[in-house]
Amino acid sequence: MTLPGIPLLLQSIVSGILIGGVYGLVAIGLTLIFGVMKIINFAHGSFMMLGMFTTYWLYVLLGIDPYLSLLLTIPLLFLFGLLVERFLIDKILDAPEHNQLLLTLGISLVIENLALFLWSPNFRTIDVSYANKATTLGPVMISFPKVVAFVFAIFLTTVLYYFLKNTDLGKAIRAASEEKEGALTVGINLKKIYYIAFGIGTACVGAAGTVAAPFFYVSPQVGGVFVITAFVVVVLGGMGNFLGALIGGLIIGLAESVGAAIIPGQLKQFIIYFIFILVLLFKPAGLFGKANA
Amino acid sequence: MFLLKVNNIDVFYGDAQVLHQVSLTVREKEIITIVGVNGAGKSTLLKTIGGILKAANGEIWFMDDRIDLLPSHQIVDKGLIRIPEGRKIFPTMTVLENLELGSYLPKAKVKRSESLEKVFDLFPVLKDREKQSSGTLSGGEQQMLAIGRGLMSLPKLLMLDEPSLGLAPLLVKQIFNTVREINVQGTTILLVEQNVFNALDMAAEGYVLENGRIVLEGKSQDLLTDEYIKEAYLGV
Repeated sequence: MTLPGIPLLLQSIVSGILIGGVYGLVAIGLTLIFGVMKIINFAHGSFMMLGMFTTYWLYVLLGIDPYLSLLLTIPLLFLFGLLVERFLIDKILDAPEHNQLLLTLGISLVIENLALFLWSPNFRTIDVSYANKATTLGPVMISFPKVVAFVFAIFLTTVLYYFLKNTDLGKAIRAASEEKEGALTVGINLKKIYYIAFGIGTACVGAAGTVAAPFFYVSPQVGGVFVITAFVVVVLGGMGNFLGALIGGLIIGLAESVGAAIIPGQLKQFIIYFIFILVLLFKPAGLFGKANA
Repeated sequence: MFLLKVNNIDVFYGDAQVLHQVSLTVREKEIITIVGVNGAGKSTLLKTIGGILKAANGEIWFMDDRIDLLPSHQIVDKGLIRIPEGRKIFPTMTVLENLELGSYLPKAKVKRSESLEKVFDLFPVLKDREKQSSGTLSGGEQQMLAIGRGLMSLPKLLMLDEPSLGLAPLLVKQIFNTVREINVQGTTILLVEQNVFNALDMAAEGYVLENGRIVLEGKSQDLLTDEYIKEAYLGV
């Protein structure tokens, strides 16, 4: 272990926060689905990969700017998630947990292998002009696409938060996650809430894929990189806790980035799992979860 | 004219039959009560009427519609509202949000502000606490909130599942008075209670449910003086 100099430390703090916003958006999709449906969605990473590839192909084939493609990836992934819930997840909602786990894992295997078959396992990058653009702020270099990704992640999170807080549909989604029987008694159609929530969760991770695409490689198995981290974030923030997922994302982003500066080489994942184990041991309901949740 | 008619329903949990050939009729503007001990099947009956559980046999009619095959949100939309046992309010949401959700469906939503005013008239304490998260309310206030939320759905028939459960005697009296007032204002009531004396005292007619079967039914006054009821339920 070496102590990094101040410039390197500042650099890793900034990078960590920026990527943390994206982790947050991935985790919010996961935690929303879990909160409402009590389903742990192992297909989340493959949905992110679909978001990235949608952006990639829109850029390569039609020349659509990755950020502009958000206008397409969000509704497309929403619709995709909605259909997956409606026709697959819906069938196993009352099934034992291991069956649900197998189904979502199976969906992810199908999607990833289909992607491998169609698009090969090659790593691709989107060669937009601003991919490597950066500005320096004192000793710190700030990558343009990472800043944009962070801003979009925070913006989309805020929009979703506002939606859940202030609209009737948003309140119905929260009601369904808090008290199912209560939701039924006021006339909420839980089946509809489930596919909408699943669609929103999928759109979140798809959007995260889109904004990450300009600075990350695109490949059929890229989702796993983010989603394992997102699981840690969700547990850290408290399963089903919306703001916990965002703050957890920032914490994990920071820990990973600063950890990489302190601990050499390939060990940066070590920090994340170390935090994960500490949380499970000492605060299993998460930093912001209720003790009995 | 009848508002609700339940015809010979059988309800199962898995292989276990919980209700056997249950029938009942609720006429408009009445207060009807179903009494029985814990585990008799009272909540199951209300859940089945509300569409949360499905009957294996029999029919349920609400006004001119057969409703036993409808999903619960369509039953709520018709004005058949159930206030569940244990209140089932949304604990981290504010009192106001809970009430707003009572008027989630379009028909009720149109009258949201009007209904809110009525609920606050009936339960002024809810107005005082409208910004408070509902999990912090006392048991009595939570029951008022559950009833208020039910009223927001514009009930034609309000089904209350043990509204007195876990409340101090003074509060029980208050809740019963409120139920009577809601009825006077024109809403038909189907009340499920373990508090047999109070329930029968208030209702026009009563049904006694034992082990999933209706064992007695009739005018409340007759039931109150019935020897079996006196011995088994009133302890006199």
